[in-house]
Amino acid sequence: MLIRRPPDIRPSEITAKDLYLDRRRFLEAAAGIAVGTAALGAALVGTRRADGAPVARTAFPNLRHSPYSTSETPNSYRDITTYNNFYEFGTDKEDPSQNAGTLVTHPWAVRIDGDVKRPQTVDVSTLMRWSPPEERIYRLRCVEAWSMVIPWVGLPLAAIIKHAEPTSRAKYVEFTTLMDPKQMPGERTGLLAWPYVEGLRMDEAMNPLTILAVGLYGDVLPNQDGAPIRLVVPWKYGFKSIKSIVRIRFTETQPINTWNRAASNEYGFYANVNPAVDHPRWSQATERRLGEFRRRPTLLFNGYGDQVASMYRGMDLRKYF
Amino acid sequence: MRGTALTWTKAGVFVLCLVPLLRLGVLAFTWGLGANPIAFVLHSLGTWTLVLLLVTLSVTPVRRLTGWNSLIRLRRMLGLFAFFYACLHFLTYVGIDQFFDWHTIVADIAKRPYITVGFASFLLLIPLAVTSTNAMQRRLGGKRWQRLHRLVYVAAAGGVVHYLWLVKKDMTQPVIYGLLLVLLLGMRLAWRFARPAPGVMVNRPPA
Repeated sequence: MLIRRPPDIRPSEITAKDLYLDRRRFLEAAAGIAVGTAALGAALVGTRRADGAPVARTAFPNLRHSPYSTSETPNSYRDITTYNNFYEFGTDKEDPSQNAGTLVTHPWAVRIDGDVKRPQTVDVSTLMRWSPPEERIYRLRCVEAWSMVIPWVGLPLAAIIKHAEPTSRAKYVEFTTLMDPKQMPGERTGLLAWPYVEGLRMDEAMNPLTILAVGLYGDVLPNQDGAPIRLVVPWKYGFKSIKSIVRIRFTETQPINTWNRAASNEYGFYANVNPAVDHPRWSQATERRLGEFRRRPTLLFNGYGDQVASMYRGMDLRKYF
Repeated sequence: MRGTALTWTKAGVFVLCLVPLLRLGVLAFTWGLGANPIAFVLHSLGTWTLVLLLVTLSVTPVRRLTGWNSLIRLRRMLGLFAFFYACLHFLTYVGIDQFFDWHTIVADIAKRPYITVGFASFLLLIPLAVTSTNAMQRRLGGKRWQRLHRLVYVAAAGGVVHYLWLVKKDMTQPVIYGLLLVLLLGMRLAWRFARPAPGVMVNRPPA
């Protein structure tokens, strides 16, 4: 596949100094933590914490960079970890960062079933063995017209699917979030039909851009961002990128995703980023990149057209929004 | 309440009404506005517009229930503060959120029902602010002035609808504002029907 170089950096893309310093402070702190943890890890090789989690916490040595990463400057760790939607922990943008402490991510089991040769339950480290983690710096565009650039650590989903061995009947992949109102207080409300469900067509799931993220900024994924494992589909609106996944089911029929069930005229199955197809209540033509003052034009497929447009050739994107 | 007491009360309420704005100023310097400060400021100013509209609309019911007739002396200021926050809300949308992109702004107002309603409600408040002075009240005459200023009921309802149509799923907040508005307007209706001779209480001179 031809991997295009992203266009040269524009003046508007140069990060403001305070954000840059913010990031540098973070990186310095992260480096300090990394060194400290590595030393601790070395001292405790083979041991486990009381909750059963492996000790190696800064867990992604020799992280491979990826040609699919954008060269744009990522948003600060603070932006990414304090501003997002995760209705299982509340509907305000800051709620997940304040409430997600109740989520227990170790141990964590992911059920793989449906139209597969051999249904099985695996842990995250098995998935990491099937598909080694890579750094993927992606744009994220929320359906609410804000966006970020996020340095994920992700497992290419295609390799996981190959290991799962779906049968020829499998046309779609359905993902399900953990259902546990004790850990996820938002699931006590009737806001959405819990547990959260999302789905992809098989070719979308196999696209090299599609990853299951397990880390952020080189460290383990914070709870509020969908720990321990979440989908990232950068050319689709953020709500497609389902968090804290416990089930991956292969199916012949198109899954009904949660937001589509909640308001089918507003949120479709495909949810491809498209400036020409407005949300019924607001325009999708522009977006606010967090940290920037001026809105910027939204790009078709969030700027990933070279990698994904061919999958939708001949489809009416207004109808299949 | 007369003379100095009234002056001090007015001064106190004036400062109180500025607190939401001062708070935004303080938050701006302490990273308190979060990762999306423009959206935070926009939503905060909209919320306080709605709060102050409801506070203004509660002057008459509270006055009737408590007999504190001098509350009426605060109503104009409260209403003007509601208008002040509505202006800041609108200017934030036009000048900061959309950065004077008139093409988009006009399209938004025409095409997005929640923005249409919000903008119409804002427009309704303008004649009320303009005719809020004693001189304008005299020029229009009490009856006509009162009839004109009933537009505030429509503007407040529009404000609630604006909020209701904007949220994605969690309707709790707009529904609370809506219920408060229904209560405040319902009390007026109830009193109107319960009282055979309308206008007696309203026009009674301050005690």
